[in-house]
Amino acid sequence: MTYVPHTEAERKEMLAQIGVQQIEDLFQTVPEAYRFPHIELPKPLSELELMAELREMSEENTDLQHAACFLGAGAYYHFVPSVVNHVISRSEFYTAYTPYQPEVSQGTLQSIFEYQTMICALTGMDVSNASHYDGATAMAEAVIMSLSVARGRRKKVVMSPTIHPEYRETVRTYTRGMGVTIVGDESLSNDLGALANMVDDETACLIVQNPDFLGRILDLKGLADIVHAHRALFVVCCDPISLGMLRPPGGYDADIAIGEGQSLGNPLSFGGPYLGFFACKKEYVHRTAGRLVGQTVDVRGNIGYVLTLSTREQHIRRERATSNICTNQGLNALAAAVYLAALGKCGLSKVARLCYHKAHHAARLIARLDRYEVRLAEPFFKEFVVRCPMPVEELNATLLDDYGIIGGFDLGRVYPDMANHMLLCVTEMNTAQEIEALVEALEEIAA
Amino acid sequence: MSEPIIYELSSPGRCAVSLPDLDVPESELPPASLLREDLDLPEVAEVDLIRHYVNLSRMNYGVDVGMYPLGSCTMKYNPKVNEDAARLPGFTAIHPYQPEKSVQGCLQLMYELQEFLKKLSGFDAVSLQPAAGAQGELTGVLMMRAYHQARGDFQRTVILIPDSAHGTNPASTTMSGYEMVELKSDRRGNVDLEDLKAHLGNNVAGMMLTNPNTLGLFDENLLEITRLVHEAGGLMYGDGANFNALMGVAKPAELGFDIMHFNLHKTFSTPHGGGGPGAGPVGATKALADFLPGPIVVAEECLFDTVTGERWEDVKDALGEEEGWDEEIEETLCRKGLWYRLEMPARSIGRVKSFYGHFGVMVKAYAYIRMLGAEGLKEASLAAVLNANYLQSILKKVYPLPYDRICMHEFVLEGRIEGAEGIRALDISKRLIDYGFHPPTNYFPLIVREALMIEPTETESKRTLDAFAQALIRIAQEARENPQLLHDAPTKTPVGRLDEVRAARNPVLRWQRQG
Repeated sequence: MTYVPHTEAERKEMLAQIGVQQIEDLFQTVPEAYRFPHIELPKPLSELELMAELREMSEENTDLQHAACFLGAGAYYHFVPSVVNHVISRSEFYTAYTPYQPEVSQGTLQSIFEYQTMICALTGMDVSNASHYDGATAMAEAVIMSLSVARGRRKKVVMSPTIHPEYRETVRTYTRGMGVTIVGDESLSNDLGALANMVDDETACLIVQNPDFLGRILDLKGLADIVHAHRALFVVCCDPISLGMLRPPGGYDADIAIGEGQSLGNPLSFGGPYLGFFACKKEYVHRTAGRLVGQTVDVRGNIGYVLTLSTREQHIRRERATSNICTNQGLNALAAAVYLAALGKCGLSKVARLCYHKAHHAARLIARLDRYEVRLAEPFFKEFVVRCPMPVEELNATLLDDYGIIGGFDLGRVYPDMANHMLLCVTEMNTAQEIEALVEALEEIAA
Repeated sequence: MSEPIIYELSSPGRCAVSLPDLDVPESELPPASLLREDLDLPEVAEVDLIRHYVNLSRMNYGVDVGMYPLGSCTMKYNPKVNEDAARLPGFTAIHPYQPEKSVQGCLQLMYELQEFLKKLSGFDAVSLQPAAGAQGELTGVLMMRAYHQARGDFQRTVILIPDSAHGTNPASTTMSGYEMVELKSDRRGNVDLEDLKAHLGNNVAGMMLTNPNTLGLFDENLLEITRLVHEAGGLMYGDGANFNALMGVAKPAELGFDIMHFNLHKTFSTPHGGGGPGAGPVGATKALADFLPGPIVVAEECLFDTVTGERWEDVKDALGEEEGWDEEIEETLCRKGLWYRLEMPARSIGRVKSFYGHFGVMVKAYAYIRMLGAEGLKEASLAAVLNANYLQSILKKVYPLPYDRICMHEFVLEGRIEGAEGIRALDISKRLIDYGFHPPTNYFPLIVREALMIEPTETESKRTLDAFAQALIRIAQEARENPQLLHDAPTKTPVGRLDEVRAARNPVLRWQRQG
């Protein structure tokens, strides 16, 4: 199957119109020695065979419909209402390009405008863009924007050690050529006070994650004042589901709020595609990266929507653009918008509270077990740290093999001081029975 | 036709989703200072929500609605089976941090896709992590930088980019800390060799080249260009946006490219989603493979229990250290197979995003490659070039074709009509909408006046191509006879031409309640 609709007769007519004998004649400019090489690929499959093969391959995986999942750490198993998939399966949405021709793209444009509105409401910020690739790249773009706001005169970035480790790595990759010094995440002992002390007049921004990578809800009140006293920007990375109940970054004067939007209606899909949301105060709008949709009117006076402020972007500004981003995560942002609209005010608040109470219930039960330790002192949202009596990898293997449970994230992988510490995540997807089964399994494994 | 903003459909207390009751005891909430006071999200019923989005979708034009000849975007048909494949629960309900043994299917698919892309391009290694073409470019330039610096060469600070390049090339260069120098094109649409030679030196880290370029032309001096750049110690980066002309036609690595990104959402038929998600895997030659971002998937041969299918190593561990396992017993109980795992390339530039790339998009590209096979992919490229040349041969009689030679998968006309001097490319594009077609890319590449960049792709039939050509011919007539028709276009759309100046001057970027 090639999806090429031409018949042999049509091909001949077309070649005659062009004035060549055969289709190969169109490739004379390709150096002859390298023209039409042999390509070794498996034999083509029919649609029926393909689906059989892929179904089999997909069943090699242990999917979360067949295992209880207590794994989070930046990607979360949340409920996705049926409406989400039905909307994003409308091919008028998914087979469209970036809405450069607004007259035939009002569907995409208005839905992004609504997405921007909902992200602003959720984060408490003034302006949201149309999305980034994921939370990690949204953070990297926030750093680059902070450097740009400081007009290149500030080269220091203070980053909390309890930001997702992969986000910190991504920030480092993105800023490799920018001569930036990144401090703060060398040691887990750098708490908010220590980080605030590192902010000085050379600092472009301070970044923290809330709830942090260890699940803790941070009290960030007052931190913005310290950062702003040095004329640096305050960047907060947050879990959008937590914003169903927690004070949003705008509520403690953050300048930029970013985060991973996967939880909003997007499946886990082994790590992507997800979306990064990005929102900021309006005074920085001209320095944002990515696409923005704005409202305007047409020649007949009707309200309509267009991509706007594009003089920031690569296709106009080229080497002076705020970022190289072009394609972003349109369809994932649409899924996020449908999710937020479907759950709405009450629904999102309820999801957040289900996560909170279930996670706390699980934490209390595990804390009672011999040989396990749970840090219950600090407030947390849906994730918490458990100290285990054995290496986490070993524990997880037994949980999966003998109990059909996907255990938590092995913190020893990313923090050398935290060997045998597991980050457990509980969401609305976990029933009371699943939580009990987990607790029993942990008890038996340690016995 | 207009649709209210979703907030305007809202009434307090409504919710379109039912959620389970809490089945565990409640816990004390954090102090009120940590909690939010209100949450201004819409409150709508499911039926109103669905109608809202269905109405919005009807104000959109997609490939499933009609021909979408947007140059350099490869808006080919998106096969439906790909969508079903990516939605298999064994692919969607998989957490990226699950234990290796529970994600062997995902890893296998990624490994095989890496292999397919290597076979098609001639590169020695591929990383699937980059999220889109632009991120692939940034990856590539950062790799060049890491490569030179690893050799102790810190003097190279310049990347050469032809004036026909996509805007992402210069933007990616700046982001990576390099300076870009623009190269002129010659009269045949190739890179100007003299200009290239004048700029080559030991300060050049490399060159970014789109080939076929954005004029749709295969550079006639390509081998000379790659030779010259290499001779000067530079590296060649290939912008693979136009790889749809090259499948089974030529392998970029054999032509002298050191690094290249693929656009899975262009060449390999995954849908554009109204602006993403895409995927921009990057391929590299042996000398650069270690610098790829990661993790990538590697495979190693090992033994599997023939009965349970489990890795023999694990079974043996579970059985405990018993005497008497010899090779003969293993041979009868086991079969050989591949075990897949994630690995960071040795001198990686680091990760460019979280996790491993856009897996859901990879499934679609994998499905496409498996259904077409090597011959089918070549036929797709051949037909893409056939379609472009067919349209070019008809339309060049009506619109100026500044670079008049056999094109590859796309071509660029000037949107100027003799006898209708007030007409611009934009007017022609907007009038095409009234004829039921999506416009071509406008005003790009920058080296063509009033550019109309047309990429029909291989999935359009002759009948559709003829109708499209007829529409453009008729528009040229209208331009001379009744230009107002073009100035007023489009008239059959939900909105007419929009005031973009007003949008930018007084940005309204979110809906706000009146009063």
